[in-house]
Amino acid sequence: MARTTLAGSARPMTGGFELAVWYLMRLTALALFVLVLAHFTIVHFIYDPAVQNANWIAARWSGAAWRTVDWLMLAAVVFHAFMGMRTVIHDYTKGPARMALTMLVYLLAFLIFAMGTMALVTFPDAVKVAS
Amino acid sequence: MLFRYRGSEGMLAWAFHRISGVAIWAFILLHVLDIWLANVNPPVYNDLLSLYGSPIGRLLETALGAAVLYHALNGVRIVVMDFWPSTTRYHKQLWYANWVVFVVIGIPFVLQIMAPAFGLAAPFSFGG
Repeated sequence: MARTTLAGSARPMTGGFELAVWYLMRLTALALFVLVLAHFTIVHFIYDPAVQNANWIAARWSGAAWRTVDWLMLAAVVFHAFMGMRTVIHDYTKGPARMALTMLVYLLAFLIFAMGTMALVTFPDAVKVAS
Repeated sequence: MLFRYRGSEGMLAWAFHRISGVAIWAFILLHVLDIWLANVNPPVYNDLLSLYGSPIGRLLETALGAAVLYHALNGVRIVVMDFWPSTTRYHKQLWYANWVVFVVIGIPFVLQIMAPAFGLAAPFSFGG
């Protein structure tokens, strides 16, 4: 297997953390290809977003199955999106700015993952609000 | 700059991947926040939902779908070339193949999403 390609970034030669990230970006990419395209088809093609109020979400999440699928998607997307932003930041910054922005990315990733998990776990099976 | 630079297809594929990636990242921030809001304050979320159903909301929804579909298809192209480097020789053909798939899948999505903005019934019905 070649070590570099003309495609994305070259496979890291150093091993360790950067190599693990390189593989995980591609692994999450394949997972997200299925999960996100299915998600987009369901919530934008089969159903109109205009009808997806809090009651609709509660009905969709009434049970563990969709919550589990959506939590796996959340985990994969948070890794892929924020590590992708880290790559962008590392391309355009250096020194203290790079360090500060990278830490900001990790902090935001943790926050978004926590908020998404909180919504997925605590969403009631039914919301009593007029739609 | 994007179209005058000498990079041609390979560079455009990369630039579109990066731009769509950052755009999707921004939407994910919004999307996790809105679902979080739906949980902690359903009435406010239900009010905000009217923005998503408005004509401008549908236009942005279409743009989001285009970004996601391009990023997904080009992402597969990248993974294929990373793990089967001999295919890199055909990176331009793969990119054009992506655009064929993009248009074929994209057209029904655009019709379905945009029809209500013109007062038309959505063309595909699922009894929902």
